[in-house]
Amino acid sequence: MKGKETVQNKKIPLFKKRDFQLLVGTVIFWAIFYTLTKFGMMNLYWMHIINVSLIYVILTTSLNLINGFSGQFSIGHMGFAAVGAYTSATLTTIVWNLPSHGVGPFSLFILSVILGGIAAAFIGFLIGLPTLRLRGDYLAIVTLAFGEIIRVTINSIKFVGGPRGIPGIPRFSSFTVIVIFTFLSVIVLRNIIYSSIGRALLSIREDEVASELVGVHTTYYKVLGFTVGAFFAGIGGALLAHLIQYINPLQFGFMATIYVLIMVYIGGVGSLSGSIVAAIGITFLSEGLRLGLDKLDQVTPFHVGPEWRMVIFSVLLVATMLYKTNGLMGDMEFKVLIPEEEDENAKHGA
Amino acid sequence: MQNTVLKIDHVTHYFGGLRAVSDFNMELPEGAIWGLIGPNGAGKTTIFNLITGVYIPTKGKIYFRQERKGEFYMEDITRYKPHTIVSKGIARTFQNLRIFPNLTVLDNIRIAEHFRVKYSLYDAVMRNKKFKEEEEKIKEEAMNLLKLFNLHSRTYTLAKGLPYGELRRLEIARALATHPKLLLLDEPAAGMNPKETQELMDMILWIRKEFNLTIFLIEHHMKFVMGICEHIKVMDFGETIAEGTPQEVSNNPRVIEAYLGRKKYA
Amino acid sequence: MGSIFNLQQIINGIQIGSIYALISIGYTLVYGIIQLINFAHGDFYMVGAYAAYFAVMFSAARKEHPNVLIVLLISMTAGAIVAFLSNRIAYRPLRYKPRLSALITAIGVSMFLEYTSSAIPAIGPSYRAFPQSALIPEHTYKIGHAILSNYQIVNVSVAVVLMVVLTYIVQYTRIGMAMRASAQDKDAARLMGIDIEYIIDFTFIIGGALAGAAGLLTGITYPRINPYMGIIPGLKAFIAAVLGGIGSVPGAMLGSYILGFSEVFGMAINSILGEGIAYAILILVLIFLPQGLLGKKTGEKV
Repeated sequence: MKGKETVQNKKIPLFKKRDFQLLVGTVIFWAIFYTLTKFGMMNLYWMHIINVSLIYVILTTSLNLINGFSGQFSIGHMGFAAVGAYTSATLTTIVWNLPSHGVGPFSLFILSVILGGIAAAFIGFLIGLPTLRLRGDYLAIVTLAFGEIIRVTINSIKFVGGPRGIPGIPRFSSFTVIVIFTFLSVIVLRNIIYSSIGRALLSIREDEVASELVGVHTTYYKVLGFTVGAFFAGIGGALLAHLIQYINPLQFGFMATIYVLIMVYIGGVGSLSGSIVAAIGITFLSEGLRLGLDKLDQVTPFHVGPEWRMVIFSVLLVATMLYKTNGLMGDMEFKVLIPEEEDENAKHGA
Repeated sequence: MQNTVLKIDHVTHYFGGLRAVSDFNMELPEGAIWGLIGPNGAGKTTIFNLITGVYIPTKGKIYFRQERKGEFYMEDITRYKPHTIVSKGIARTFQNLRIFPNLTVLDNIRIAEHFRVKYSLYDAVMRNKKFKEEEEKIKEEAMNLLKLFNLHSRTYTLAKGLPYGELRRLEIARALATHPKLLLLDEPAAGMNPKETQELMDMILWIRKEFNLTIFLIEHHMKFVMGICEHIKVMDFGETIAEGTPQEVSNNPRVIEAYLGRKKYA
Repeated sequence: MGSIFNLQQIINGIQIGSIYALISIGYTLVYGIIQLINFAHGDFYMVGAYAAYFAVMFSAARKEHPNVLIVLLISMTAGAIVAFLSNRIAYRPLRYKPRLSALITAIGVSMFLEYTSSAIPAIGPSYRAFPQSALIPEHTYKIGHAILSNYQIVNVSVAVVLMVVLTYIVQYTRIGMAMRASAQDKDAARLMGIDIEYIIDFTFIIGGALAGAAGLLTGITYPRINPYMGIIPGLKAFIAAVLGGIGSVPGAMLGSYILGFSEVFGMAINSILGEGIAYAILILVLIFLPQGLLGKKTGEKV
């Protein structure tokens, strides 16, 4: 029978297996920048930007799981990141008061990141349960409201510094840690998408009523997708807190979510590859613009403010919607991100 | 004696103040093909929506035959959610095709197999042996189904790229992928020419045998209904105005009035 | 409880409610016709405030006393123009695309208006004092323990007059009838010979004008303006529209006053409650009463 000779049963050399290629690619990427930094050949400022961009990869891909793959519309994503960031930073900085070195503190830090993810997932679950029966734009506004509620609540908790936030967070999020978490996040999200669960989410995006009527428990899967997305947002937030070493409620406001949203929609709705490219690309573009605008401000006689950066992003976002509604990559994926078994069934990008 | 698969017991349904279905009763025998006809707006699709749990009837009960350890009993499915009803063994197609357009033909089928998949989120994330075996199984099953419906050359085509006739077949194949005992077809012959209609009739008779199904269908196409159904119910303004064999129904003066009194149907 | 539910709170509630009402009418009208949550609507209000600011500064520079009515007209025109242009440039090309792309575009338009305003040196990102006393000198009146200012009187009376005019337009004019018809069924309205795009333009213009007026009124009462001033009131006004039943003009007005009162009373109890109550109302309404107080129930066709 023809269906039997699927790829798993054929012998593929190890180096041709996509998971292997992906892993090797990541290791090479890590090794290059790690070595460059070690020997002082890499500008620390740009190294920081690379770290930030990788965290944005986690935030963007996880938001894409909710908005792109399952077709819901959340604009409270950074609220979940805030929960993750505050949970882990409270543990490491306020409760345990960890030093920034040592194996013991480091393992506690990893634990705090995971707890941050779990806390965010839990809040995501609580929010998703009653609200995910709302459709489209109403869901958007409710998630926005919840995001704001999370922010207002954190603002009022004195234990975590209220509006002043938590300063002096130990810098545990090294390049290595961030690369590992980003790699794992992408792999986990990919594995979910290319499974029966992912297909259920896609069917909800395509036609929720039909999905329910072919046996998909749509509420369950919407909440599941939302919870998983929130989990990774929490992880991203926790890593971010231990990278920039200072968090306050304003960092996780509506505009912060919009920034991630821009990455999702410019990159491609329903494309992990698009989210990865957009997260890295836009983080760098943003820094480039900031430097460029500063220069421009110095050389021109009139004032050129940093606000132009956001003007450019807003124009990019509107232009994407007008001319390429599904984002630059649409729902195409890089081949290496598609499991072999699903190869023919999936679409590739360039 | 024949077993009843589906029993609809004094079902009435209101939309706001409007009575869409009033006192609908039916005992559908196992293995039968029954038809439901009536002018537009008579409440036919509402009956389907009530059976599949999209609406909950204002009054009345719906029972479906279930088996537990070799014993058969009628289970009250009136207030079940649509996806639960699907898992009990009722599948349907839609009046206006509701295929997942941006997914491949294969995925359209695999989604319908979804609730029978036995791996967890953990298995999916780890892509372990259990996951791979299950995936292999449902893919094989899906491929077989596609072959039966002569859609296997389209396995990896996006559903939106399929011609109308193939979409109709895909929708039936998708319904069958849920392993139903009862299949509800909402105007399966809509938009088909006489030749396609004839082929569809043959196909329906064939799938009933092949999949051991009971079939209940809505259709406007009189030749189709008369040619395939053993028993026909006629609705008008939410009420059952006649029922019986095709012969009996076509000679019933109330049916003739309901149809010819206002509009002529092909 | 006497300290919370006193006359002063009622005056403040009416005044805040009036501002919300002017903004939320635009939300509800636009949503009623094209089912778009126009995120940029709050920014039309900001544009109205700045237009008034520049109008007043301009006459002050020429040592003239600005005419309140003319300034109001300028605010309304500015709001209307920006609303019209947003629709033409950003929303109209997406009319037959999925609804969410228009929503994302609206977020983009909102960002564009906010950041462009703060990037333009003449406006800038920081707060500016609105020259309220150059427009109308302040008088306060004491009623018992409560203080009522003439700003609040102007604020509420202008809002009420505009709402009466709007209700007249929607209910009794030909174009109002066309708006209501389009909101019910766009296709049927088109078949009846109504130019839908013209109606949508008109709806944006009316909504923008009312939001612009609200901008001026806010400038008079809370004399601090900045380019981001529209975000929160815009969101609150949207919540008011949802509470009243989106698509319904009387609903938007009712919802706005309820929200205004809730916020004032909530704030009197505790500041977190005051800040959060709008969001809590929104969530409760959407979960338990998705069609709002005066809206119509809709179901999906299967």
